[in-house]
Amino acid sequence: MMCDAIHPGLLLILAGLISPLIGGVWRSIWILAMPLVSLVLIWSVPPVSECTITFLDYNLIPFSVDSLSRLFATVFSVMCFVGTLYCFRQAKILELSAALVYAGAAIGVTFAGDLITVFIFWEIMALGSTLVLWSAGTRSSWQSGMRYVLIHLLGGVVLMAGIVAYSQETGSIDFIAMSPDSLGTWLILAGFLLNAGAPPLSAWLADAYPEASFSGMVFLSAFTTKTAVYVLLRGFPGTDLLIYIGLFMIFYGIIYALLENDMRRILAYSIVNQVGFMVCGIGIGTDLALNGAAAHAFTHIIYKALLLMSAGSVLYMTGKRKCTDLGGLIHTMPFTATCGIIGALAISAFPLTSGFISKSMITQTAAENQLLLVWILLQAASAGVFLHAGIKFPWFVFFQKDSGLRPAEAPLNMRLAMLIFAFLCILLGVMPRLLYGILPYEVDYVPYTAPHVITQLQLLLFSGLAFFAMLPWMQRSLTISLDFDWFYRKLFPCAWNLLKQSYCFLQAYISELTDKMLCGIGLGVAHIYGQQGIIKRTLQTNYAVLIVMIFLLGYLLFYLSNLN
Amino acid sequence: MKQHWLYRPGTSRKLWVLGFIVLALTIMAEPFISLHPYFSIEKLFSFHALLGFISCVVMIVFAKLLGVLVKRKDDYYDDV
Repeated sequence: MMCDAIHPGLLLILAGLISPLIGGVWRSIWILAMPLVSLVLIWSVPPVSECTITFLDYNLIPFSVDSLSRLFATVFSVMCFVGTLYCFRQAKILELSAALVYAGAAIGVTFAGDLITVFIFWEIMALGSTLVLWSAGTRSSWQSGMRYVLIHLLGGVVLMAGIVAYSQETGSIDFIAMSPDSLGTWLILAGFLLNAGAPPLSAWLADAYPEASFSGMVFLSAFTTKTAVYVLLRGFPGTDLLIYIGLFMIFYGIIYALLENDMRRILAYSIVNQVGFMVCGIGIGTDLALNGAAAHAFTHIIYKALLLMSAGSVLYMTGKRKCTDLGGLIHTMPFTATCGIIGALAISAFPLTSGFISKSMITQTAAENQLLLVWILLQAASAGVFLHAGIKFPWFVFFQKDSGLRPAEAPLNMRLAMLIFAFLCILLGVMPRLLYGILPYEVDYVPYTAPHVITQLQLLLFSGLAFFAMLPWMQRSLTISLDFDWFYRKLFPCAWNLLKQSYCFLQAYISELTDKMLCGIGLGVAHIYGQQGIIKRTLQTNYAVLIVMIFLLGYLLFYLSNLN
Repeated sequence: MKQHWLYRPGTSRKLWVLGFIVLALTIMAEPFISLHPYFSIEKLFSFHALLGFISCVVMIVFAKLLGVLVKRKDDYYDDV
């Protein structure tokens, strides 16, 4: 019955492909309206339903809706709308078109009821995001986009191999909860984790995203990693390994963000950090933890996009992105600064912001399950988030030393987009029921209790004290930090150059040797057969007489010896 | 252009004082609320404040040390 319904993801993909063909003001209307149409479609379908079609020998379920998929599809389409609002007058049509395809593919993954459909939308997502990245049109975006697409196609191949193995092992391609206990499921898990920014290949994220245009990174921050969170939530809830992977990602993000000078790379590392919280929640796997991971993905998309819109506005108006070049922008960009600060407070899980009502569900679960070490690490990491994103980003961009830059505020549509997300950050923080009502499991959790608010304020404000007390240690320098991408950006090219050089050397040596040998042979041949060679030499008559005599003598001896 | 009030001399000092008052308030509020600790370690007075401060200092120091190993000039990859 549901196959009559229009697939909201496919709609966005088609809308994205058609948009370059539309001209003028109609294009803007089209681009802004389509995400809203898809949002309406998402909510017009009954919450538990699916559509099945037969393809080869498989039953594909391209459109399967439940509360979890609807939650993610909702935030993806809202993100797509506000993201396009942010840049529809400034960004290139390639970027806008690719962003719609990218968002549509992400929605496609959330509605996929089987692994083949997941894989198809997964790959469309990789292509869409690469085009968003390339549309920045710079040399660095081209190069990092190349690395990005190679890593993601590698992840796609791993995922496909996993799906093939899984369908052979179980005879089914239904996308249901699995546990990593066979080759197929391990490969599927690895493919999912690669997109989440998990170790060891986390570096692709901070390498690629900051090279996108001022608006491109807003889209990139939302879809790929959160789709990975969605598939992990559906495919591997309660997998213990994910707790440790999540904790690693959390601290990796904090430490690298602390070392970073580029404001958008700080925020890129903080994506890995935040996804780490979600992955950890998925690993714990109780209803509250899974609700927490899903809720945190929802709020994270909004506040991270807000932070990146604020950083994007600064980049758009000043052309600068390094903390060492920025500072003092509060003078002329108070609106952008305020929105950035609201995003920063939300990511730090300050009371009355969206992060507070979502992240605390994950830490609460760790406490309820008596996971002392995990709980302490999560609490310490919450303090660390305030340190690296909550204070560091706004402090170095809008405050600190005055850089003397006096840019105007960003254009109206960009400010409007920031206003919507800043409003949502606070709205969800003040009225958590709005979000709790659409989570996959029944919510029996009250975030606003006096002890919770006071302990959270203690944790965050004292980490703020640590920041300002150690400010001299935090001063930025014109540096980058080596990461796993060093292997494929430095070691492999160097090894390749070395190999090329040694090949050239060997080739030169061998050719010299053969030259010498050929020369030697040539001389030898010339010595025997040449003009002056032994064979060609004219012998003197006396030699000839001597040789004839020897022959005759030999003949005589032979004859005499035969007489007897 | 007029200097923003945050950059006026003396503001920084006032903000520090204000900050310490807020910090003190969050600590002083603790005896007046009944905490529901899940772990015995939470019963330590102002545990969360200590955890927040100490963990941040540790992370900053760790990042600084790791920086010695992994930091490179930001044109490091340009010549490949």
